[in-house]
Amino acid sequence: MDFMVFQYPMITVQACLDGILLGILFALIAYGMALQWGVMNIINIAQGDLVILGGYIAYFMYLYGIHPAWGVIVAPVIMYFLGVLIYKLVINKVVDRDLFISILATFGISILFMQLMNFAFGADVVLANSDYGTTMLFNNNVVLPNSKLFSAFISILFAICLVIYMKKSKLGRAIRATAQNARAAKILGVDTEKVYAATFGINAALCGVAGALISITFTIHPYMGLPYTIRSFMIVIVAGLGNLPGVAMSGMGLGVFEEFADYILGTEFRIGSVFLLLVLILVYRRFKLSRKREYLK
Amino acid sequence: MNKNSLILYSGILIFGLAAPFLFPAFKVQLSILCVLIVLATTWNIQGGEMGYNSFGNILFYGLGMYLCASVQVGMFFPLAEWTESGGEKTFVHTPAQFFQGMAVGLVVAAIVPTIIAGLIGYSILGLRGHYFAICTLGLGVAAGEISGGIEVIGAGQGFTTPPFPDVGSLEARGEFFYFLSFFTLILTFIAVRSIYSTRFKLILNAIRDNEDKAEAMGIETMKYKIIGWMISAFFCGLAGGIMGGLVGYIDSTDVAFDGREMGVFMVLMAILGGKGTLWGPIIGATIFHIFKEGFWTFFLGWQYVALGVLIVVIVIYFPEGIMGWLREKYPERFGEVVDEKDRKAQVELK
Repeated sequence: MDFMVFQYPMITVQACLDGILLGILFALIAYGMALQWGVMNIINIAQGDLVILGGYIAYFMYLYGIHPAWGVIVAPVIMYFLGVLIYKLVINKVVDRDLFISILATFGISILFMQLMNFAFGADVVLANSDYGTTMLFNNNVVLPNSKLFSAFISILFAICLVIYMKKSKLGRAIRATAQNARAAKILGVDTEKVYAATFGINAALCGVAGALISITFTIHPYMGLPYTIRSFMIVIVAGLGNLPGVAMSGMGLGVFEEFADYILGTEFRIGSVFLLLVLILVYRRFKLSRKREYLK
Repeated sequence: MNKNSLILYSGILIFGLAAPFLFPAFKVQLSILCVLIVLATTWNIQGGEMGYNSFGNILFYGLGMYLCASVQVGMFFPLAEWTESGGEKTFVHTPAQFFQGMAVGLVVAAIVPTIIAGLIGYSILGLRGHYFAICTLGLGVAAGEISGGIEVIGAGQGFTTPPFPDVGSLEARGEFFYFLSFFTLILTFIAVRSIYSTRFKLILNAIRDNEDKAEAMGIETMKYKIIGWMISAFFCGLAGGIMGGLVGYIDSTDVAFDGREMGVFMVLMAILGGKGTLWGPIIGATIFHIFKEGFWTFFLGWQYVALGVLIVVIVIYFPEGIMGWLREKYPERFGEVVDEKDRKAQVELK
């Protein structure tokens, strides 16, 4: 336990800023999760592993001498096709089945990806160095790496583009129609199979962007996928499906919570506190819902 | 109990008692198999019969593992110094101390997780469907991460369980753990079998099929859900305690609270054999263990990749499991009355 955070206001400012910048990234991943949950009604445990895979794409570009920031363009393209491939091979067989089946199937994909990445890239913690330098604020008391600002900016950019795409384009309208009522959309001539494939592809592409940004800003490791899945799940259930400002807000909230947990409890309890928070949120939600049910009675 | 099943049970019992002497090289594998069957069977109580698909039974398994080892050490020696010295043998258990510690440790390992299951049950079991699944997954991983930060039980560097004392025979360790796990298996089987022949099982099935309706029929569903989970927790803790002694080394995320492996294995074994049946998890666990060891031998290094593929294939193509497949093929054997004319008519329709 370390309460330095409260004695030195500058550390608080630092933690809040770090948390918000981190939370924007989480919100981007959670947006993808909300999309596929809303449209296809599946929960993808492999979400975090897709993120890490996107990170490795950027990392490899860095190893071959290309600036890792270009990974933001390359990773989503590769990940889109990978997402469509996963959909064709596995997901389309579990879409209309029990939710638990989809959780287990994506759990299998998650283990598969984790181990393949472990083989292909080794079990080292790596990061792609972007050489962006740092920004000092408040009389050099708060240090902000420019890469974090860059990643937050790119995340917001991608999120805005996607929202506009969803509103305006034909495919975006088809996706929203399928989310509202898949059967009615099918009757009205929407090829739902194609829509599902595209949704999963877009989700994977978003994960790719987020992963590339994470490899620039933080570190990646083959086994770090599951916490990202849990974070995005948590953000989605706090915000509710289809509530975009809510996703952004709860993403930032989670980021700030994590930074404070890191300072107060210590880094070794950081992931543990995320998972405990998930349990607490679910239990709170359960009591709230049960009270509502009694009220309705 | 009719004659056929009597022959079956006595055959299995004799085979189980003779197995360590028939296959002395596979004693450890057989003990692990017994533990896996216990885990799959008890997962089936709430996963298969009650319809609450939990990834969190690993919590009780890991708790049992840590508790049994800590009690075994802590009864005779200071626990903190033991874990600090790591693998170095500063303290040595005499045979009497070892077995006393193991006995008390197993009792604690079984009872404390049961109490914990009862305490958290009211909050957790109110969740439905996938929220329950994800919540329990979170519980298991959180327990692993947190226990990895606690110094007194070894933190990140792990906890060496007391080594088996020198009792004169080299084979003694394997035989001791084999018979311990085999008797736990028998105990579990008898307990689960007698549970399944009571009204309790019917209530669990009612909860699975339609919880709101069951509640409307006047069943206090929450009470039965918690009891079902506590039974699971009891045997999971026991299995964890034995497994800790068997492996000889406890690591927070790789051995004890291994939600990504053992936590999924128990679900998978039950699904492979057939959820909601008595024999399904047992058959599933046996086949799964053989497969797993085969992978470990033949695809060395690629075993987890093969395992990921196996999970996807089982879940997509055999969601009903082996027992479900048999049931579809030979419904008469399962006590279902089939009208021959009706079946023929259906075949013609197809």
